[in-house]
Amino acid sequence: MLQGWVIVLASFLYLGVLFGIAWYADHRADHGRSLIANPVVYALSLGVYCTTWTFYGSVGRAAANGIGFLPIYLGPTLLFALAGFILYRMIRVAKSNRITSIADLVASRYGKSQLLGGLVTVIAVVGVIPYIALQLKAVSNSFTILSSYPDIVMPASAGAVPLFQDSALYVAMILAAFTILFGTRHLDATERHEGMVAAIAVESIVKLVAFLAVGAFVVWGLHGGVADIFARAAEVPEVARRLTRADTSAAYGSWGTLIFLSLFAALLLPRQFQIAVVENVDVKHLNRAVWMFPLYLFLINLFVLPVALAGLLHFPAGTVDADTFVLTLPMAHQQEGLALFVFIGGLSAATGMVIVETIALSTMVCNDLVMPLLLRLRWLGLAEKADLSGLLLEIRRWAIAVILGLGYLYFRVAGEAYALVSIGLISFAAVAQFAPVVIGGLFWKGGTRDGAVAGLVAGFVLWAYTLLLPSFAKSGWLPEGFIAHGLFGIELLRPQQLLGLTGLDEITHCLVWSLLANLGAYVGVSLLRVPNAREARQASLFVGGTDLAGHTAWGGSAGVADLLPLAARFLGRERAEEGFLRHARSRSLKSVDELPGDARLANFAETLLAGAIGSASARAMVASVVSEEPLGLDEVMNILDEASQVRAYSRELEQKSQELTRATAELRQANERLRELDRMKDDFISTVTHELRTPLTSIRAFSEMLHEDPKIDLAQRTRFLAIIVSETVRLSRLINQILDLAKLESGRAEWTVAAVDVGEVIREAADSLTALFAEKRVALDMDDLHPGLTVMADRDRLMQVMVNLLSNALKFVPADSGRVRVGAEGTASEVRVRVWDNGPGIHAADHEVIFDKFRQGSGGTDVLTDKPQGTGLGLPISRQIIEYFHGRLWVESTSGAGACFVFTLPRQAGDNNKLATAERESQRGGPAAGAALSDSGGKHNGVRGGSQ
Amino acid sequence: MIRTRLVAQRLAFLFLLGCLFFNYPLLSVFNQGGSLFGMPPLYAWLMASWLVLIALLALVVERKHD
Repeated sequence: MLQGWVIVLASFLYLGVLFGIAWYADHRADHGRSLIANPVVYALSLGVYCTTWTFYGSVGRAAANGIGFLPIYLGPTLLFALAGFILYRMIRVAKSNRITSIADLVASRYGKSQLLGGLVTVIAVVGVIPYIALQLKAVSNSFTILSSYPDIVMPASAGAVPLFQDSALYVAMILAAFTILFGTRHLDATERHEGMVAAIAVESIVKLVAFLAVGAFVVWGLHGGVADIFARAAEVPEVARRLTRADTSAAYGSWGTLIFLSLFAALLLPRQFQIAVVENVDVKHLNRAVWMFPLYLFLINLFVLPVALAGLLHFPAGTVDADTFVLTLPMAHQQEGLALFVFIGGLSAATGMVIVETIALSTMVCNDLVMPLLLRLRWLGLAEKADLSGLLLEIRRWAIAVILGLGYLYFRVAGEAYALVSIGLISFAAVAQFAPVVIGGLFWKGGTRDGAVAGLVAGFVLWAYTLLLPSFAKSGWLPEGFIAHGLFGIELLRPQQLLGLTGLDEITHCLVWSLLANLGAYVGVSLLRVPNAREARQASLFVGGTDLAGHTAWGGSAGVADLLPLAARFLGRERAEEGFLRHARSRSLKSVDELPGDARLANFAETLLAGAIGSASARAMVASVVSEEPLGLDEVMNILDEASQVRAYSRELEQKSQELTRATAELRQANERLRELDRMKDDFISTVTHELRTPLTSIRAFSEMLHEDPKIDLAQRTRFLAIIVSETVRLSRLINQILDLAKLESGRAEWTVAAVDVGEVIREAADSLTALFAEKRVALDMDDLHPGLTVMADRDRLMQVMVNLLSNALKFVPADSGRVRVGAEGTASEVRVRVWDNGPGIHAADHEVIFDKFRQGSGGTDVLTDKPQGTGLGLPISRQIIEYFHGRLWVESTSGAGACFVFTLPRQAGDNNKLATAERESQRGGPAAGAALSDSGGKHNGVRGGSQ
Repeated sequence: MIRTRLVAQRLAFLFLLGCLFFNYPLLSVFNQGGSLFGMPPLYAWLMASWLVLIALLALVVERKHD
């Protein structure tokens, strides 16, 4: 039932499904709902690493030398362990520079060199062609074998089959058509292919499941498990020798070499770069891939050795190619369905590789090889053509066809002499030549364009001489003597024993020589000169991760009028306008026309174009319309230095401005305080003047009366003189208090601190006021005085406070019915004194106001309905004094229910420190002019709120 | 997150561990006849250490709180 047409039909059905998936993914992407923006899809698409080499070739390799197939998968595992250092950085650099291929990366890193881009492209194409041939060979062989079911017939040598009967030719043609349909339907400025990635992820699943199915069938269907196969193999000496490896240093050396070779390949193969870097949607997806991709590799290798051993045990030696065991074992046991599934799995592996590889290569060929050449050929007039986007697609289509054609040619010429894996390794060794320039370029700023060219050329030449040419020689296309006796018969030039180096397998031999020469030339030539301006700029972008968004290589400028048409020629008008509009919006401009013709615009246009035609060509194109002022190295260095200095400065500035903000706030507060004080000072002066004028006016009035009228009788005269004396007393008291307050506030007051009995002071103060109390018939109650309360204070000052408070109370209580009560009590830490009266009380709002100077004279409080007599300084002075001794003075009152003035003073014991401080302060106060104010006059009082 | 230095350094450590697992001299220790869990010792060692390495990689990158 497995006739040719069934297989062909199944194959086309499968390809059709893939195409459907790709179409659907593209459709979703156009609507902004990407299918592939998913870490699992990313990890699966990385499975494009596993080609028919893995699917068919690993078993062949295992049949030949046991575990030797494994290093190819251990290397990528190790690469992903380094993801944080290499892949992460590569993706970031590629995204910010719109790098679309490995050639673009190298060209861009070393100063956007077209030469370098072209060189990398040539090496990649030549190097990867054997790998593509491998896929063609595997698919056409599997087709031939499967279609001769139920017989198991090995395909005839390709050279023996007439060209048009060779299935590999048709496979190549079909794959070319399929790839062109897949990858070049439209031009994307970012070179991303969502549909392709989705299809690749599906293919990864198909080939894994197919291989696991064969493995399970062989291990459990044909044998009693893994242990059974190994036990049987151990019994056959010819097979058993695959279970261990040669224990020689050369064997371990080549094992280690393969690990690192595959590590580089998984990073640098054009298709790996395409999937891992260019098609990466979000750099965060790398996280999942770090373990999921190695796990994929682990699973697909799980049954390789058991299947190889089973094949060796089942088929007589030499009758069946070990590369086909995966297919021939199910066929030999009449598993038609499984065999067809295996064929589809192999087809998956091949199509995945060919599609991604040729798309990546065609991008490189177009952007880095053909376009730069065409643009140089002035007679083609391309530079003047209005729309080149169609041409770009055309070039890519042709590139795909040509690359597959070359692959087929290599298959016809050299494909027969090698097993699948050996062909693949030739390609691996070729792309390994990119390792020094790429990894060096990411970590070393000193690499120059010349060094990169020298390294690549040296490595490529030695690779071709030691690996590619011998593969032609072995197939008979070059004389055999070339391998055996060297070029021109010179033994030292034998390609696989260069300079007499023996004991290595051909891959290790090639890598030792080519990478030595490559690295040596790269570093050596780079060190010949200092990087030029453009190289230095790119180096700092790649190595330092410097963001030069503000600084560009474009010294000159060009307007939208020049750059938009330029971009439109390569991208198509619609896409170009869309891009420019996005750029305008990102700069908060409404339309494209508002964009200024500055260096930033030129830079944007260059990056936009880089996506379509590669960074080197994009540079050349933009340079053709922008009047570029070449930057000298010094200038670039200055820019970089400036950038870092500016960063340092800006940090400093930020700090300074924060400090400044703080200082400004403090200053503003201080200023407000000063204004307030100033205002208060003004108020104070006007109040003082007013207060002084009142007694002065009455003194003057009575003095004039006495002076002008000598006939005033004695009684009258005595009364006038008494008023004059009383007013003079009041005047001098006022002046004394002002002086006293000024002294207190300026800290120049004189203090005599000693232990003072509070009760005694209170009594003394009351005694001095007895006459006034009696005069107004107010009762003074001093029953609550606890004896023996001592504090450290200035006796006279304390007296002053008491007199103030008592006369204050006396002032506001009604005559005849007025009562004033004084109490003093002590706690462990302080002494508390209360002066209570039954006057009208004070509004809560005025509890603090009354301690302000002259508040009764400021007119600010409308609660005053009656201007009381007094200086308005008693309470502020009292408060100053109490606070000087670390006590507090306040009032407790509600309007209409009397007032109670309370002050506390710290007890003598336990407050020695404070008092000692007070004493020191008093000494610092210096000699003061006035002694303690003896304010025993009866009339003074502080301002009291409330209506009196 | 691969971005943090610590995670990147842990991964780099696993890279070195992998280099040790998959190369001489550990390989030569297992490169002998006989059988380990029904498998040739070399094969058993490589597959087991590979799986362990993958598990460690997963552990390092998927750990949420760090």
